[in-house]
Amino acid sequence: MSLLSQIFDLLLTPAFAASVLRITTPILFAALGGLMARRCGIMNLALEGSMLTASLFAVIASAFAKKAVLGGVSAAQADPALVSKATTVGIIAGFIVGTLAGIAICMFLAYMAVGLRADAYLAGLAINTMATGGTVFILYMAAGEKGISSSLDSCSMPFINIPGLKDIPVLGEIFSGQNLMTYFAWICVAVVYFIIFKTATGLRIRAVGENPNAAESVGVNVKKVQYQAMALSGLFCGFGGVSLSMSYVQFFSRGMTAGKGFIGMSAMNLGNASPVGTAIAAFLFGFFDAMGNVMQSLAIPVQFVQAIPYVATLVGLVVFAIASDNKVKKLKAKQGK
Amino acid sequence: MPEEILLMDKITKVYPNGFVANKDVTFSINKGEIHALMGENGAGKSTLMKILFGIEPFEEGRIVLKGKEVRFNGPLDAIANGVGMVHQHFMLVPSLTVAENVVLGMEPKKGGMFDFEEAVRLTEEACNKYNLKVDARAKVEDLPVGFKQKVEIVKALVRGAEILILDEPTAVLTPQETAELFVELKHLKEQGHTIVFISHKLHEIKELCDRITILRLGKSVGKANIADVTEADISRMMVGRDVVLKVEKTPAKPQETVLKVRDLRIVADTGKPIVNDISFSVRKGEILGMAGVEGNGQSQISEAITGLLSYQQGSISVNGVDLKGKKIREIRELGVSHVSEDRNTYGAALVSSVKDNILSDRYYKKEYNKGLLFDDKKINEMTDDLIKEFLIKCDDRDDQVKMLSGGNVQKVVVAREFSNKPALVIANQPTRGIDVGATEFIRKRLVELRDEGTAVLLISADLNEVLELSDSLIVMNEGKIAAYLPDASVITDMILGEYMLGVKTQTPEEIARVAYD
Repeated sequence: MSLLSQIFDLLLTPAFAASVLRITTPILFAALGGLMARRCGIMNLALEGSMLTASLFAVIASAFAKKAVLGGVSAAQADPALVSKATTVGIIAGFIVGTLAGIAICMFLAYMAVGLRADAYLAGLAINTMATGGTVFILYMAAGEKGISSSLDSCSMPFINIPGLKDIPVLGEIFSGQNLMTYFAWICVAVVYFIIFKTATGLRIRAVGENPNAAESVGVNVKKVQYQAMALSGLFCGFGGVSLSMSYVQFFSRGMTAGKGFIGMSAMNLGNASPVGTAIAAFLFGFFDAMGNVMQSLAIPVQFVQAIPYVATLVGLVVFAIASDNKVKKLKAKQGK
Repeated sequence: MPEEILLMDKITKVYPNGFVANKDVTFSINKGEIHALMGENGAGKSTLMKILFGIEPFEEGRIVLKGKEVRFNGPLDAIANGVGMVHQHFMLVPSLTVAENVVLGMEPKKGGMFDFEEAVRLTEEACNKYNLKVDARAKVEDLPVGFKQKVEIVKALVRGAEILILDEPTAVLTPQETAELFVELKHLKEQGHTIVFISHKLHEIKELCDRITILRLGKSVGKANIADVTEADISRMMVGRDVVLKVEKTPAKPQETVLKVRDLRIVADTGKPIVNDISFSVRKGEILGMAGVEGNGQSQISEAITGLLSYQQGSISVNGVDLKGKKIREIRELGVSHVSEDRNTYGAALVSSVKDNILSDRYYKKEYNKGLLFDDKKINEMTDDLIKEFLIKCDDRDDQVKMLSGGNVQKVVVAREFSNKPALVIANQPTRGIDVGATEFIRKRLVELRDEGTAVLLISADLNEVLELSDSLIVMNEGKIAAYLPDASVITDMILGEYMLGVKTQTPEEIARVAYD
């Protein structure tokens, strides 16, 4: 069997389609976070660091909350009712604390960029570097480990089987049984659309992002609006972090965002900060990421496969730039005759 | 006895860098009048209005609004007290609709959501009430300038402005739009609104305003009823001397063709042709004025000639040399000088010194270099000579250009562009936004250059300027030449206005006359 047909066999399975949805989840959250920030006029390069921090704190909070409820009894020996209660508390604690951590990081960036007028790019990069090292340090403090939080018994957000849909062949395999966060991500696309275009806050965010002087001249508190938008940006980064460490895997590992924040950022730029376009672009990047994953089982060097999503991102951006450039040239040529 | 609605009493404002922008300025306006605020650039008008509007704090003095002493902590405060401002640079968000811009910051809500229909209703209500015709659902970026300005006025009125400050509102308008604005402003006045009108244009103030306050060098130097003063009086108060508003010049003696533009077409990024197959020539020893409402292709033409913009079709040549594919320096070496309309982007490097700015077009030339290094002595001499010759007001040749006033920045640009013995000068809005003194100086220099045998293409939105300075005129409308007027001295602004707005157009044969060989 040729390599190509092997690849196609792998890609044309419901399992692959399901994995695309799964892998798109954190990218989509990051992209939505980037979108909120860009709409208010700030490039949030700290998406990556914010997600990473969120995923760590989600794991720690969920593990510690669970342990506290269990009261020192090991999960295997405890009363099943207590275990179930402990798990629920762990999930909620992880979700909330993880999200708050995501918000905190973005608010820190907002404080530097808006409050102290530092360069948002430099501050964002610094925050990412800080998060890379800081998460390992905190992980070591909390779990005594430097790579993976395997000693922390953390929880996972529930997986949802959709009644009716789950029994349909193919579609059921693809769309049912995903983690709650995956469904939630797509709901968030609608939420973002609603916030941006249907609320007064969204109107202000757009105005501030496009012409802060105009907004200020009519009494809009530009800084406040930017803090609001950055808090929302952090909220989605927080969700993204939770979706990384509390859904398909239930642990934190160092650098587990692996550039997903930046890929999300690219998706947002490719979608020109429109909610729908951003979601489509995020899905595309998710597709290539998933492709890289399944192709690891083939006789292709692993490093090459791992590079696929990033190469796809680059190609996507280049194609997008060329396409919009060509459109202009074509229009010009047409008129030039 | 008219009722005083606002008094700014002995206002003093010192900027952190020690610059005294206002010194004991007293400014008083009555309810229901249109009050002109005049002064040269840097006279302190903008600062005074920023203080009133709560944008800038002030050191001394007091503001009394309707008998009560007030101090605004920001625009919002001012708006809440019935003071509205239409800024010179519009404070609009282009991608939003008119209605959204109008209600921004005070959005109507229904069930927690932004109520767009209510915003439209509010906007339309205000438009009808004040007789300002704007489509509330249109996107601001699609509107012409005159309408954007109306949106700004509606914005202020919807917020309950009783005193409306208009900062040079006519600078961007056509004569017809200006006339329309004046009708609307008079209508507002009849409804009891008070208007502060900032302008440089004497005849507009004569036509529209009731009273006038004149600032000079940060001090108020005069206050009068418009009916009691002549334009000459006002201009004397403004500059402290009589400005010669007429440019003295002898009839032109045009010689051979220097600039030849043939069938030039320029297409914008959107695919819209901005310049549509135009041909014209500029001859040695003449000033060809290019009049027209801004955005009818003038900027693109000047950028195409100077090599900043590529063009799709046609040819441009200077003294017989085709410019196609030439680099900007090669074009400049042919003797083309460019006074850009955007002096802050193309004209001058604001953070660099006066010396470096002047040097920037000639630094590579042998005469300013000694081996690998600059010949500092020669450069300094050259710079100092030009500073003296062009009356650039700066402490030192090493002053940063951004520390200078607009007029002096432009003088730096002009000193560079006029001093390299140009064969062709492209002067695009050479006196925009600068004070009367500098304006007069630059205009005089243009005429001198012409007399020395330079070909001058003068692009200006200032009708008086093109009419006064030009020997002959072309009028641009929608990327085409609408008229060629060989003798500018017999043309009035009303005739020009008709061509500018496309009310009248000459025949192709008449227009083709400007394509001298």
